[in-house]
Amino acid sequence: MRFEDEPVPGYPLPILPGHTSPGRFERVLRAGTFVVTTELAPPDSADPEDVYKRARVFDGYVDAINATDGSGANCHMSSLAVCALLTRVGHAPIMQISCRDKNRIAIQGDILGGAAMGVCNMLCLTGDGVQAGDHPQAKPVFDLDCVSLLGVARTLRDDHQFQSGRKISFAPRVFLGAAENPSGLPYAWRPHRLAKKIAAGAQFIQTQYCYDLPLLRTFMNQVEALGLLDKVYILVGVGPLRSAKTAEWMRKNVPGMHVPDALIARLSGAQDQAREGRNICIELIQAMREMRGISGVHIMAYRQEESVAEIVDKSAILQGRTPWYPGRDTATQS
Amino acid sequence: MYSVRLWSVRHARGLNVFYRGFEGVMVRLNGVFRAIGYERMERPTAALEKTVKRLLFDCRMCGQCVLSSTGMACPMNCPKSLRNGPCGGVRANGNCEVKPEMRCVWVEAYKGAERIPGGVDAMREVQFAVDQRSLGKSSWLRVSREKADSRGAVDGATNNTP
Repeated sequence: MRFEDEPVPGYPLPILPGHTSPGRFERVLRAGTFVVTTELAPPDSADPEDVYKRARVFDGYVDAINATDGSGANCHMSSLAVCALLTRVGHAPIMQISCRDKNRIAIQGDILGGAAMGVCNMLCLTGDGVQAGDHPQAKPVFDLDCVSLLGVARTLRDDHQFQSGRKISFAPRVFLGAAENPSGLPYAWRPHRLAKKIAAGAQFIQTQYCYDLPLLRTFMNQVEALGLLDKVYILVGVGPLRSAKTAEWMRKNVPGMHVPDALIARLSGAQDQAREGRNICIELIQAMREMRGISGVHIMAYRQEESVAEIVDKSAILQGRTPWYPGRDTATQS
Repeated sequence: MYSVRLWSVRHARGLNVFYRGFEGVMVRLNGVFRAIGYERMERPTAALEKTVKRLLFDCRMCGQCVLSSTGMACPMNCPKSLRNGPCGGVRANGNCEVKPEMRCVWVEAYKGAERIPGGVDAMREVQFAVDQRSLGKSSWLRVSREKADSRGAVDGATNNTP
């Protein structure tokens, strides 16, 4: 999708009426397009080229790249820095903000700083507990929770003030997101929690991995019954499972991850388990494409980032369009 | 104590009824508290509140008690101090992501809320993060004082109408 007011990379788009951000991601969603987002694993390095290299793998296949914020409570380059680097070349990154490592003073500073660096999308998360990562001896902060964080970000944007009430002179123009886990307990409560997040300010949702379609369907039906479908864009989390063994491991060790036994059995019965994992992912995406209220998919392919292109291609969800990437329009611009 | 905490959730309905009654008494004692001075009441009341609620709920004295909106499961026992529902990391058996041997506070809260009339609706209200300045202070005293004040304001307003 090309917009006629497409700016120089790194410059914001004009904000359309009814939009809250000058970003491409909000535009693509509001245009009713089925979007694809993915996740960039921030490097354990101070070299910007490591970020660009990781982003290039997705060129032409995704509408936005999430920069994780110490995901799994492991130490990496900060999401703010990764996003700042990505915006320099024109990407529309989604800056993940976790409540685990920073209090409200630091977080509000990051929201202003991120927006100043051209970040248009922010995903408000609670964050994994420190016990899950490589620094279990660290102090967990959790001054805010994700719902309070959404409120704080919205106050900055809409009321032009900090949580303290002190005014800011130029508000961050951001599109706000939150996460949800349709496969998490207690199932009946999840749609209400989503409603809370929307009430607090969430405009889009990226879910945890969903491998259980019946569970997802029940969740979506409840979300629809609560009248939430026209209030939020829901992107469902998917990802290729490399093997039955990794699936078992992830189910046990990745917080909130649910993989049905049938899928693990299917994987272990396959000759080429990695290929079967990608096939399962493609089938899931195609099924989700047909479900009411789903605006896109969020493909998380940790350590198999190069498979995202193939998955997007084979599931044919882009329907011939090429999402923007640095250099896509160079030929037409010159 | 953990087992008592789970017992409290199982008896959320009764505890909620009891608290409502207790709160009514506290509001009626407003005149007495005012005569003694709310500031002077703070320390002994907080000490009593801490003892009782520590036993029943493993209370952390956040000073902004929301037990009636969380099915009598204290959200401050959540290792992430979540005040708006469970995180995405709840284990398949309903236990906590951070403390695998503990029931998820919010899985319990939901059960408790279902036992209290209007409890699930109360859980839907957005709660803002804790004001760290209130840690250790008495919620009982603050809530009853606020209620007494607002009741006084309403009475005052009615008196003013001709």
